[in-house]
Amino acid sequence: MSQNRQIRDVVFVDGVRTPFGRAGDKGIYASTRADDLVVKCIRELMRLNPRLPAGRIDEVAIAATTQTGDQGLTIGRTAALLAGLPASVPGFAIDRMCAGAMTAVTTTASGIGFGSYDVVLAGGVEHMGHHPMGAGADPNPRFMSERIVDPAALNMGNTAENLHDRFPAITKDRTDAYAVASQAKFAAASANGRIQPDLVPVATMKPGQGWTVNTVDEPPRPGTTLKDLAGLSTPFRAHGRVTAGNAAGLNDGATVALLASSDAAAELGLPVKMRLVQFAYAGVDPEVMGIGPVPATEKALKLAGLGIEDIGLIEINEAFAVQVLSFLDHFGIADDDARVNRYGGAIAVGHPLASSGVRLMTQLARQFEEDPSVRFGLTTMCIGLGMGATVIWENPHWTPTVSPPGSPTEDEGSAA
Amino acid sequence: MSARDFQQLTDLFPDEVVTHSHVQDIALPGVDGAPGAGTFALITLDNGLDHRRPSTLGPNTLVELGTVLQAQRERAARGEIAGVGVTGKPFFLAAGADLSAVKELKDKEAGRAMARLGHDVYSTLNDLGVPSFVFINGMALGGGLEIALNANYRTVSTGAGALALPEAFLGLVPGWGGVYLLPRLIGPANAVKVMLENALSNNRTLSGPEAFKLGMADALFEPADFVEQSLNWAARVLAGAESVSRPNAVDEPLSGENSAAWDAAVDHAKAFVEAKTSNAAPAPAKVIDLLEKGRNFSKAESFEAEEDALAELMMTPQFRDTVYAFLDLVQKRGKRPAGAPDATLARPVTKVGVVGAGLMAGQFALLFARQLKVPVVLTDIDAARVDKGVGYVHGEVDKLLAKGRISPDAANRTKSLVTGSVTKDAFADADFVIEAVFEELEVKKQVFAEVEAVVSPECILATNTSSLSVTAMAEGLEHPERLVGFHFFNPVALMPLLEIVRAPKTGDAVLATAFATARALRKTAVLVKDAPAFVVNRVLLRLMGEVFRAFDEGTDAHTADNALRPLGLPMTPFTLLAMVGLPVAQHVTESMHAAFGDRIAVSANLQALIDAGKKGLWEKAEDGSRHIPADTLALLSFGTTPSTGEELLAKTQDALAEEVGLMLAEGVVAGPEDIDLCMILGAGWPMHLGGITPYLDRVGASERVNGRRFHTA
Repeated sequence: MSQNRQIRDVVFVDGVRTPFGRAGDKGIYASTRADDLVVKCIRELMRLNPRLPAGRIDEVAIAATTQTGDQGLTIGRTAALLAGLPASVPGFAIDRMCAGAMTAVTTTASGIGFGSYDVVLAGGVEHMGHHPMGAGADPNPRFMSERIVDPAALNMGNTAENLHDRFPAITKDRTDAYAVASQAKFAAASANGRIQPDLVPVATMKPGQGWTVNTVDEPPRPGTTLKDLAGLSTPFRAHGRVTAGNAAGLNDGATVALLASSDAAAELGLPVKMRLVQFAYAGVDPEVMGIGPVPATEKALKLAGLGIEDIGLIEINEAFAVQVLSFLDHFGIADDDARVNRYGGAIAVGHPLASSGVRLMTQLARQFEEDPSVRFGLTTMCIGLGMGATVIWENPHWTPTVSPPGSPTEDEGSAA
Repeated sequence: MSARDFQQLTDLFPDEVVTHSHVQDIALPGVDGAPGAGTFALITLDNGLDHRRPSTLGPNTLVELGTVLQAQRERAARGEIAGVGVTGKPFFLAAGADLSAVKELKDKEAGRAMARLGHDVYSTLNDLGVPSFVFINGMALGGGLEIALNANYRTVSTGAGALALPEAFLGLVPGWGGVYLLPRLIGPANAVKVMLENALSNNRTLSGPEAFKLGMADALFEPADFVEQSLNWAARVLAGAESVSRPNAVDEPLSGENSAAWDAAVDHAKAFVEAKTSNAAPAPAKVIDLLEKGRNFSKAESFEAEEDALAELMMTPQFRDTVYAFLDLVQKRGKRPAGAPDATLARPVTKVGVVGAGLMAGQFALLFARQLKVPVVLTDIDAARVDKGVGYVHGEVDKLLAKGRISPDAANRTKSLVTGSVTKDAFADADFVIEAVFEELEVKKQVFAEVEAVVSPECILATNTSSLSVTAMAEGLEHPERLVGFHFFNPVALMPLLEIVRAPKTGDAVLATAFATARALRKTAVLVKDAPAFVVNRVLLRLMGEVFRAFDEGTDAHTADNALRPLGLPMTPFTLLAMVGLPVAQHVTESMHAAFGDRIAVSANLQALIDAGKKGLWEKAEDGSRHIPADTLALLSFGTTPSTGEELLAKTQDALAEEVGLMLAEGVVAGPEDIDLCMILGAGWPMHLGGITPYLDRVGASERVNGRRFHTA
């Protein structure tokens, strides 16, 4: 029996996403199927990478939190078939709630590393208009009777308020300021053409309106001010701190990434945007799920033999501003540190649960390309029921002699 | 177009299901890294109903589209838009003019207004000041496809089906520019194929890839992101980054080569239409006429001629009778058979028995196995016959496999479903047993008695008899309620009609199962009372009887056989006779004669031909002409009272009116509509006759013979 097992390098070749929409009857995808959103992404990736023969794809892993209806029927397989990939290309569905797409990436990347795959597609989708959070879930009564999980922790907004309780230093003023900055950074990135290139146009037809083509994200509210946010209600707690303004909204969207072994990428002439360094998942108390990225990142850094000071760019999912700030406080990073979410984050662009992980990666990949001073970056996110996920990437464009833009000295730049 | 000009027309259709023209402004994507080139106005045609209701084009729809297009022209003049596109709701561009509406147009002027409205609206597509595009996303028939033809550029989806110009079939011409634009776009020969050959060949349609290949569209995209890719392509065309090649297009003025091709296409069209329709219907000739003259027409001249043609044809009985035959009968009545019992009474059919293993039995076995996908057992008196019957089915399956019509797995499945037995014990667990044995009452009764001894009390017994009494066949059965007539037409796989014969004792559940089985076999079933020769054969035999009687009386063969050409039947009576087989025709005639007396003549000449082993009257000479060989003539004796063709035509019309009148009086079927449906689907009679009864009304035969029309005028 031959055992040709050797760890192989995994590279991120490309990633795209649909424009994100606001969930609900008025959203751009109200009458569009979730699986169709995935299909648009897969087809765009195939068009963008014409040197990749479709038959070389070894797996299609697509995440969705709610795996019923238009997100059911083993969506990785159905999306592959609907996208016109050959019947020989297998696929599966995957779920880790908000980190679905990220888990699709790390799971298939593991398969590449193990030598089982050469080329994979990994992504996620969430149509929160069709599948409201928690719809159809049937939590075990033991959660409550045995106090395994506070039922309130199944509501993500409550866990965000809990995080404020745990970290009194994170005030509403700070989260609102962070949110305003997120909107501003996203608007600037859009204006500079940093967002658009990774979006797939999606034609939709709404009753009584005819076909249109969606090419931009619907959720962002550019020009948001602190004053705008001050008056918003705190739906999770009377006189609380978490508002619609300092949290990601409810959204629809899909993402798909193309990963390969570095050998396969070289063989097929596929470009390399990022190299996978390491990843880790960690659990925390479900009541403060937002702190999950902290232990996940510590673990990933340790596995990689790196310190936070080695990380030049951080793409952290902004489920809630408070959860981002708890991460930054832990690592001693300023709220407005230039390494963090340069293009803004989910507070502006939205967070269609299981799709967001690949959005973090496509944005990190673009930042890698524009900033060769950076060698390592990470993508991280918190996950419902108390988890965190972190993936560390290396920049193939890294050039040691280049200084980070706008950083006066090397010492000041890494004030960890 | 001014909406006010067409007010009179739109007012005629207050209840039109309007297909709306929704406009969306779309930012054109950048091309090759350049910024986007402005705004594209995309119009979606949408009747607001689901996929079961295709968008159609009525006067109100066209006025709305015209108004929207004019608004885009004004926007283009102001520099607000760079291009205009039209597409449809999912699965449909537009299914063409609303036929039931057009049928209601009562005068020629209204018809002309409808024709002009289409031209006025569609012409705008070529006169917007910016390029126009049509994205053919799905079904595009007639006026629906002509929207695309009038635009500057077209894309088509690989998933689009049902692309066609069926006007010639319906009794019209592609007169919203189609007959002018199509030959110029895809060449005259291809245009003849689309407008005439396809239209007159059971209304054949094109798929997206086929249409693309002919040159009807400039680009082909897959359905998954058809709108996005079409828009992207449009952006590239507008940016000059995409060059459009139309190798089949014919430029004006015509080159000598194209001129010759045009003449050849017209000649071919004439020969095709003559062969297919005997020129009995006016529409195909009009199409050819417009094509022929249109060669030298300007667009405006063609549009004028198209309007004349449409206004005239819309008022013809052939058009109205076609709409009746196509929409009211084939599309509607055929799907909801009159008099069929409650479908919920039907019982499942999980195994089928076929008594006999001859050619007919083999055809049954193949059909049942392929469509019902249940085990089918053939029985016969010895192993050699059984093996031959099963072998025939397996051979037919292999032919289908070789042609790529079925997959290897489906071939294996079908073959394994068909088995043979020399004993009827194999029917023990069958739910449906059909006989295909010799056409003799005692033989069939004997067979059913043997079957009944084996099968369950509920098992349905079906007879394919064409001439025997199902009632008589049920006598002596232990369970006479289980017997039903199940009369197929030859060739069984192709002919869409099934006459389901109810004998007095036939049970409702049995009948319901027969209808459910017919539907599962993808046949159109018509409920028929047990009466000699049922419907199709009775009408055909009466017709052939009249022609043969005239022949026997001394009418020369050419006159007799061509007298009915004005009906445009699929074949002449003598050709039909040879196809049916002389002995079979005589057998059915005799049983009808026994039932109806001298109204149905049994020809001694025909018997003489049968006795001499002749297969038919005509023999084809090497030059294609037909004659009756001398040795055949020598067998025949003739009277001295020949008829002219006109006389024979009138006699036949009267005979048919009489026979149909009698059938309705006897209650053979629920109404004249069923007779028409039977003749269209069972005998291939043309839709422009409306089957037959509208024609008999039209020529006055109904009133001459029965004193009244079959249909109210």
